[in-house]
Amino acid sequence: MYRFMATARMCDEAAFRLNRQGKAPFVVPVSGHEGCQVGTAWALERGRDVWLPYYRDLAVVLVAGFTPKDIFLGLFAKADDPCSGGRQMPSHWGSRRLNIISHSSPIGTQIPHAAGIAYAMKLRGEDSVAACWFGEGATSEGDWHEGLNFAGIHRLPVVYICENNHYAISVAQKQQMAIDNVADRAAGYGFPGVIVDGNDVLASYAAMKEAVERARAGEGPTLIEAKTYRFFPHTSDDDDRTYRSREEVEEAKHHDPLTRFAAYLKEHGVIDDAAIDGVQAEAKAEVDAQIDEAWNAPDPDPSSLGRHVFAEEDGPA
Amino acid sequence: VTEKNVVTAIHDALHDEMAADDRIVVLGEDIAVRGGVFRITQGFLDEFGEQRVIDAPLAESGIVGIALGMALHGLIPVAEIEFADFIHPAFDQIVSEVARMRYRTNGDFGLPMVIRVPWGGGIHGALYHSQSIEAFYGHVPGLKVVTPSTPYDAAGLLRAAIRDPDPVIYLEHKKTYRLIKGDVPNEPFTVPIGKADIKREGDDLTVIAYGLMLHQCLEAAARLQQEAGMSAEVVDVRTIAPLDKQTILRSVRKTGKAMVVYEDNRTYGAGAEIVATIAEDAMFDLDGPLVRIGGPDVPAMGFAAGLEHAFMPDTEQIYARMLELARF
Repeated sequence: MYRFMATARMCDEAAFRLNRQGKAPFVVPVSGHEGCQVGTAWALERGRDVWLPYYRDLAVVLVAGFTPKDIFLGLFAKADDPCSGGRQMPSHWGSRRLNIISHSSPIGTQIPHAAGIAYAMKLRGEDSVAACWFGEGATSEGDWHEGLNFAGIHRLPVVYICENNHYAISVAQKQQMAIDNVADRAAGYGFPGVIVDGNDVLASYAAMKEAVERARAGEGPTLIEAKTYRFFPHTSDDDDRTYRSREEVEEAKHHDPLTRFAAYLKEHGVIDDAAIDGVQAEAKAEVDAQIDEAWNAPDPDPSSLGRHVFAEEDGPA
Repeated sequence: VTEKNVVTAIHDALHDEMAADDRIVVLGEDIAVRGGVFRITQGFLDEFGEQRVIDAPLAESGIVGIALGMALHGLIPVAEIEFADFIHPAFDQIVSEVARMRYRTNGDFGLPMVIRVPWGGGIHGALYHSQSIEAFYGHVPGLKVVTPSTPYDAAGLLRAAIRDPDPVIYLEHKKTYRLIKGDVPNEPFTVPIGKADIKREGDDLTVIAYGLMLHQCLEAAARLQQEAGMSAEVVDVRTIAPLDKQTILRSVRKTGKAMVVYEDNRTYGAGAEIVATIAEDAMFDLDGPLVRIGGPDVPAMGFAAGLEHAFMPDTEQIYARMLELARF
């Protein structure tokens, strides 16, 4: 778990470095969200469950099976970018092989998709689960309501995870909703809403594990609200100084999910400082090496622009 | 062969496809217990069960988004939007999600799904039960948009839509539902998506239409033959996107005159695209001006019979323009 969190953080730092070097025109940061992302994703099973992440979920897709190289192939818009072959902006995840469902930029559109997938799972008699992540901003969308409502009606095997970082780009939570807890909204759909400290990876895992077990047992959906914070601006094109004080951001960093988990591991004698340094160094070396591989990969052929509008004779159905 | 109306043809084709393939599910408002407001899914709930015949909450964006999820996980959803006028909340799901899934994943994901939509005027539907929506979706790459107008084409195109690996918007003109009858083979058959059809052969001009307007054009063409001794070739577009330019151009080159009739608002309508295609590719084969008849550029037809009639192009008007063009 710690390794995945550290790798996600390394990817973020490297991506911003590459952005400043002019090599990566657009970066969507994850930093601050690693705890709730790794914790919730950890309770799913690769090859069995279906992942519907949103653009901030770099750590989720690492747990789902992406390598740092996959991430950077997308960042550099390379032909072998597994999400879209360089068509979508970076961090618009997707991979049929890994059961990661492709998403777009309009917010919250994946919420009904998760319900539809979960409906199909139930109809087909599978014991798999659909997990769907989003920010608290998405919960203002009509699609969010429509998806959760349908999931509740049919008691679908789906877990909805809200990574509440308290800002929809610049709009603070109190301008987004008249309630303190997104989880309260679950009552309106007839299933449990659970609040968890999203900066605590183990608490996030425990909440998700219970929700996944409920879903597999046919007991229906759960809405998990993971309270967290984003350390960087919304994207590399945003300037969060216009809407958040530096004091607030610095204060949030005292609850950094990585330092918190490292402290926990040390306290319980699982690993020591040297081991943590070792994991960090290995993660950094892995990320750096894979950045180079991704950078040197071929660009998409411009003549491929017209492909895959519809199914091709020799392509997948 | 059995003579059917359009409703029965769609009902039977959908029924037979569902009976043959248990991956197919239907979802929409009032489609299960009620059997659909137009009775397309009458009896389906009893036969196929509530898991495959789903009364959806009143939420069109959700219906389309949920259908998309089903299509990603092994099912073939046939979603019904109760009236074309109510599809607008689903515009984002259709344009941003359904149409782009294959393209944005470089071919990794595909969406075998159908969105059935009753459309069109002439049924006292006023502003919000009469709309034409084909141009909105015909404009979007990644979607196939079909407009069958006869029982035969309705059955054949529905089967083709269900078996297509890509999303299809299947438009059913409400006025044709019980008005138009025709022979439909009892054995399963398909009508290819992307192929127009010559519904009446002729030499003096080409008339291109779809939906209710097709039938009005056929009526006017019969009268033209009878009263003026001139023959109009009537082309049924059948698929709005991808448009069968070849069949249209071949006919126009033969007759040298072309007229397009559609009931949607004239400006930027599907007829505009058809006329532009002819102007681009068959300009020097033309012996007369391109004629375009469409609904007026007002927001919609009114509820009052006179207002509705004033909006819809009628057979008399079509006949007069046909005669004028044929004599040009």
